[in-house]
Amino acid sequence: MWAFINKLRSPKWFYGISAKLQPWFWALAALLLLTGTLWGLAFAPADYQQGNSFRIIYVHVPAAFLAQSIFVSMAIAGLVFMVWKIKIADMAATVMAPLGAAMTFVALFSGAVWGVPTWGTWWMWDARLTSMLILLFLYLGVIALRGAFNSRDSGSRAASVLTMVGVINIPIIKYSVDWWYTLHQPATFTITGRAAMPMEMWAPLLIMVLGFYSFFVGLTLMRTRSEILRREANKRWVRDLIEELR
Amino acid sequence: MSLCLQARQLACERDDRWLFEGLDLDIQSGEIVRIEGPNGSGKTTLLKILSGQLSDYHGELYWNGSLMHEVREHFLANLLYLGHAPGVKAGLSPLENLAWYQALSGEQGTETQREDALSRVGLRGFEDVPAGQLSAGQQRRIALARLTLTPRALWVLDEPFTAIDRHGVAALEAQLVAHASAGGCVLVTTHHELTASPVLRRVQLG
Amino acid sequence: MSSTNATISSPVMPVHDPKGGLLIALNATLKRDMMLMLRRRGEVLNPLVFFALVITLFPIGISPDPELLAVIAPGLLWVAALLAALLSLDSLFRSDYEDGSLEQLLLAPQPLAALGLAKVAVHWLLTGLPLALMAPLLGIMLALPTGSYAVLALSLALGTASLSLIGAIGAALTVGLARGGVLLSLLVLPLYIPVLIFGAGAVQAAIMGDGVTAHLAILGALLAVALMLAPWAIAASLRISING
Repeated sequence: MWAFINKLRSPKWFYGISAKLQPWFWALAALLLLTGTLWGLAFAPADYQQGNSFRIIYVHVPAAFLAQSIFVSMAIAGLVFMVWKIKIADMAATVMAPLGAAMTFVALFSGAVWGVPTWGTWWMWDARLTSMLILLFLYLGVIALRGAFNSRDSGSRAASVLTMVGVINIPIIKYSVDWWYTLHQPATFTITGRAAMPMEMWAPLLIMVLGFYSFFVGLTLMRTRSEILRREANKRWVRDLIEELR
Repeated sequence: MSLCLQARQLACERDDRWLFEGLDLDIQSGEIVRIEGPNGSGKTTLLKILSGQLSDYHGELYWNGSLMHEVREHFLANLLYLGHAPGVKAGLSPLENLAWYQALSGEQGTETQREDALSRVGLRGFEDVPAGQLSAGQQRRIALARLTLTPRALWVLDEPFTAIDRHGVAALEAQLVAHASAGGCVLVTTHHELTASPVLRRVQLG
Repeated sequence: MSSTNATISSPVMPVHDPKGGLLIALNATLKRDMMLMLRRRGEVLNPLVFFALVITLFPIGISPDPELLAVIAPGLLWVAALLAALLSLDSLFRSDYEDGSLEQLLLAPQPLAALGLAKVAVHWLLTGLPLALMAPLLGIMLALPTGSYAVLALSLALGTASLSLIGAIGAALTVGLARGGVLLSLLVLPLYIPVLIFGAGAVQAAIMGDGVTAHLAILGALLAVALMLAPWAIAASLRISING
């Protein structure tokens, strides 16, 4: 455990190991996403209530899953950065934030598109969509705070604190929004809140969720690598690396 | 009990630029140490690190032989730091300003103590004027009054001579020397030449 | 180590242990911040005037119809009070940061979280509490149904305490930034949503004649959580901001 943490202190080590890991995640993501998409769009049966429009679930739900998981990952990275001063963790948190915001946006957008056939409108103050919208604001806050500092170190530490405060608040926000929603619109139909889904429907969903996660890991590794190069541009090993490539 | 502040292999990196590296410092009883260096060489940053304000540095700090962050409360109880900004509230009178600082160190203090401290820095008659109506030099003097009001062994002074008139400069310099010869220690940055200080040690940065 | 010989012969100034005296320091900080705020009356009055002004805008912008206003009054009053409390947050640590007092606060041999909490307490006493006391008056102007006035004031008093604590984290994070004001709202408003939901919910429940204890209990629980966690976050944020 400690050996691993100590290794994480070296961006050079991480740069090497991530190069080896990266292709596996890309391959896995491609395989899963392709299978999931084909299965979900072409072979899964249509929903008895919503017809074919339910198939947007195969984008909406994985995006919503990722949107929340990425925020939690950022908070963990922030904690690791603050406690052990491991810079890799902060670099990962930096590159994850725009990705998380993008996923939140995808979840919101696909939810809105889904709303047209389901509710007949582009936007409903549905509990899930409202929580997602608040999550998007949390992401934007973290990104804006990090960018507002002149010193990158301070920006990183401030963003870490804010992410940790945010992650404590996410469940509170989620439960209070759910509570608020049931109070105001007790009888409305929620798009994803149904009990039993036949296996032919949820199996491709599971595959898509896993595919999105692999894609996220691959992309985070790739973007962390370029963040390493950017931050360590003056270090000896990066210069040597560039010399080799010439 | 001993009195010493040590830094071992101190290094500070600010956004991929090393302000200083491998700095070893021993500051002991009876010394006046002046940190020198051109603008931007990290003098203020070094003082902030040595006064325990910053945490993102490499190397170790020791206070009387123990790691600084383990004896932080003890260290802070013996430190008096005056930064670029005097830390004087414009809306409060000099007396009220000093009362807060005295209370922060955990003692109630008396009005007489504070009045004495103010008159020692030449602010007799200004005790109840809102500090915002005083000049920059007078505000700085309010901060300097803390040197005698709350006796601390280690003084860390960042540009303490700013906005002080010539007479005040001489008095402050004498005060630094007196503090050192009484067994305290002073860590200072200044552009002013410390002529009257026989025990001056210089540390060059940059 | 070259000066070892010198130190043996010369006197050594006594080093003393921390005196403690946290209560003295807290008391003095409370007194000092109160005094500062009360000497600049505008800072205390501005959020209240802002609150009244925003409430005035709604009947003008929507409709003066008392029946319509009565429906939206709980939400309006809560949102306007929340914004008024937010407005005053930016100055919570800013003047201390600018004149160097904040450095000194960080270097006091006292726990920073406790000193920060004292400052937040003053903010609530001079912003949140007056807003809560003033809200029933504005409730009359919005035709708020009778029977909900006490709950309105109580929910605001409880809720604004949480708002001050959460907001202080944002204020501490942005105090070192030249134009932190708008950013502060962006950081803090999403975190205010649970308090808004249960605060406005309490008033609505009172209007409908439902029990309000559950709402008030949840507001109290939110305050308890904020009281436990926010002071540490505030202290950590101040330490970051002082780095620049």
